Amino acid sequence: MKRRKLLQYAGLLTAASLIPIGMNGWAFRSVAQTNNPKRLIVIFLRGGVDGLNVVVPHQEADYYEARPSIALPKPGEKDGVLDLDGQFGLNPALKDIMPLWKQGSLAFVHACGSPDFTRSHFDAQDYMETGTPGVKKTQDGWMNRLLAVLPQGEITQAINLGDTPPRILMGKMPVTQLATGKKGTVPLPLDQPQINEAFDRLYSGNDPVSLAYQEGDQARQILLADLTSEMKEANKGDPLPDNFASDARRLAKLMVGDARTQLGFIGLGGWDSHVNENALLTRLLLPLGEGLAALAQELGPLYSDTVIMVISEFGRTVGENGNNGTDHGHGNVMWVLGGGIRGTQVYGAWPGLAESQLYESRDLAITTDFRDAIAPVLTQHLQISPAQLSQVFPGYTFQTSPNFLG
Amino acid sequence: MKLKIKHWLSLVLIGVIFWLGLLSLRPATSLAEETEVLHVINRLSFGPRPGDIEMVKSQGIDAYIQAQLAPDSIPELPQLTQELSKWEALQLTPVELFTKYGPLEKKNGQEPSLEAQKKQQQEMTRIRQEAVNARLWRAIASGRQLQEVMVDFWFNHFNVALFKGPQTQLWMGNYEEQIRKHSLGNFRELLGATAHHPSMLFYLDNWRNTAPDSPGAKGQFQGLNENYARELMELHTLGVDGGYTQEDVIELARILTGWGIAPRGGKGDGKSGFYFDEQRHDFGDKVFLGTTIQASGMAEVEQALDILAAHPHTAHFISYKLAQYFVADEPPASLVDALAQSFQDTNGDIRAVMETLFTSQEFSDPQYYNNKFKTPYQYVISVMRVSDTKQPKLARLNGILIQMGMPTYGCITPDGYKNTQAAWLNPDAMLRRLSFGTAIANGSWDKRQPLDPAQLSKTLGNKFSGETKQVIETSPPNLQAGLLLGTKEMMYR
Repeated sequence: MKRRKLLQYAGLLTAASLIPIGMNGWAFRSVAQTNNPKRLIVIFLRGGVDGLNVVVPHQEADYYEARPSIALPKPGEKDGVLDLDGQFGLNPALKDIMPLWKQGSLAFVHACGSPDFTRSHFDAQDYMETGTPGVKKTQDGWMNRLLAVLPQGEITQAINLGDTPPRILMGKMPVTQLATGKKGTVPLPLDQPQINEAFDRLYSGNDPVSLAYQEGDQARQILLADLTSEMKEANKGDPLPDNFASDARRLAKLMVGDARTQLGFIGLGGWDSHVNENALLTRLLLPLGEGLAALAQELGPLYSDTVIMVISEFGRTVGENGNNGTDHGHGNVMWVLGGGIRGTQVYGAWPGLAESQLYESRDLAITTDFRDAIAPVLTQHLQISPAQLSQVFPGYTFQTSPNFLG
Repeated sequence: MKLKIKHWLSLVLIGVIFWLGLLSLRPATSLAEETEVLHVINRLSFGPRPGDIEMVKSQGIDAYIQAQLAPDSIPELPQLTQELSKWEALQLTPVELFTKYGPLEKKNGQEPSLEAQKKQQQEMTRIRQEAVNARLWRAIASGRQLQEVMVDFWFNHFNVALFKGPQTQLWMGNYEEQIRKHSLGNFRELLGATAHHPSMLFYLDNWRNTAPDSPGAKGQFQGLNENYARELMELHTLGVDGGYTQEDVIELARILTGWGIAPRGGKGDGKSGFYFDEQRHDFGDKVFLGTTIQASGMAEVEQALDILAAHPHTAHFISYKLAQYFVADEPPASLVDALAQSFQDTNGDIRAVMETLFTSQEFSDPQYYNNKFKTPYQYVISVMRVSDTKQPKLARLNGILIQMGMPTYGCITPDGYKNTQAAWLNPDAMLRRLSFGTAIANGSWDKRQPLDPAQLSKTLGNKFSGETKQVIETSPPNLQAGLLLGTKEMMYR
């Protein structure tokens, strides 16, 4: 019975779907085939990842001087960084993404970030998600505004993997929300055919609440179909692993399976490394690297149409603190992956780490505004117009962008 | 957190008996339509509990409204009062809270031990959760329902975000107590309470606001910060179209220089956490909204607040928001005008304005019945009330609100959570509401007996359309309670 219904929904989705009209309702609209298969996935490392210990400037004496206890050794030394280009090296916990670097689909933009001076996680995350540093009143997120300007006539959707709707996806466009890890596979009462059928009858009308229900129900059916196949693959129905790689695979599958989903977002917490930083980074970077590799793999051919950006609200102090950690800083490194990326390169002007070169004498300076790094992904990759770009990042005068898209 | 609520039933009984006592003193409106009774309950409370409809029917709508407008006349549940009196988040002063549980300072140049830091984090978390739990529990269980509804309204009007910093986490309970105290009082006093509260001054950065050439301008105090000055006009009083200019923002920011905080006491009164630093104040004269304000330090701020509270734009802006919250997403202009008139006539007596609202023709107009889409908070609380949940699992309840995008005290932007349908109706929200409602109905959410659909239906009164009734009646009996909690009618208030 459920299976029949699934097929029915699958049919429905290819023939027609729901798009939001204004802010108040939804309406059916027939869909031609999507002719823009381009995708964007943003991964937000909450807490301020220490970019200097992720993409390490291993030729800088100042780096080793400022971090006597926590600097990562040079390439070739014990536990040394994996050399990228002779100047920078990758934290060895990210070994799983080295093949992507070598194959040319991974790049970094160093000394990148938000120009606002704040060192508050709260404000800095907010600014990077609303896309309007310094403006506290912006209510919607830049990915939601992006969703609104993606080419009309196509059904585009964004999906968030996480428990809380993030600010970056808040706004007038509806966004699908999926729980991470095992929680994402927990059946809802609504999945029981009898209950589902009863609510289908209760919400069979054309009023806004019924339409919202119908839309949500359809998204759930797609997810259920995916979960069913995922469970089959898992050994003897063992619970799914509760980790980022498994979440990343699920996101990739949804994007491959549902042409409507053009934008994806995952927030990962825990990067606030005030204490024993290197142990913390190893613990968190290993699964992140594994997950990114899994994401690339699972996307398959779609990887060439996908850009994955890894961002974080700010970098950390150049100097280490008294607890083998670092404190809130300024400039950071942005990661960019995807089949269309001109990889194997660290972009961005390197400001140096001598005290006089630092932001407020303590942090990595910013030479690339995060909006300038995101801009080419929106204009060249997702092909929005300059006017639309200004809607996504209002009030910003764009500077030169790193040309990682060629 | 586990709350042992023993004898809850007997408390409810005591409450009912009290009400029965009251009603004998007041004339009952014998012909009150059930729909009208339900409308009044839906707007003055977070929804009916079992017996509420009968109670208001026999008491009479007017008497119910008058009682709710005078919350002190309603005895609070002893269990609630007793339990909350033990919670430090609500009992300690901001300075006590920060001194006891705030971030640890270096001692003799030594960083505090990791163990001590961990302990501090745990205590801060406890304080934060106490505030959240108190808010939710009161909304569910307090007999002073209108007061709790007003707290919801005013808190969002004077929003402060929990996670701005340790300060806001520790002071949230105290801040909300101030709002509750004035929620049906005088607007100028409410405004003053928020303006003096260190939570607001921290959240909107005024604690940094410093006259650039003042003797105190150094370190983290480096010049004007307009943030609070702007929101004070745009969000708290005049409204965005309130006729002020950027010049007024700067002048108000100058007036507010030095208006700051002292979290660890030492300065100020040593309790409230508020501290006015003369060393950082701009002692030049200012022209604010056309009025010259003589340099005098703290009194300048009081004068500016007087001007703002008495301004006709403020009366109109607050009235619009109240009418939107209590009547319709797009409220009738006639009602907004009447409320603004009442606001001005009474110098911002909130209770009087609310009385004008509840006795207005517009409020009783059936076209506005059950037309306000519940926010996640209102939905979740109404489900807990209608299901007569004896021991609400408050932390889990906040978890549900987090999933629904409305964590308690979690609105990051200063404009607070919206209460319109456009803000909250979306596909994901519907699935989450129905899943929650179903889990409550079948008892799986809090491990109790499945709810009785007949009882639920009785509690909710006659608010269901013929179609809805038909679907429910023709569904298997074990699904009916879940369907009732998931009806369209239940999504609205």
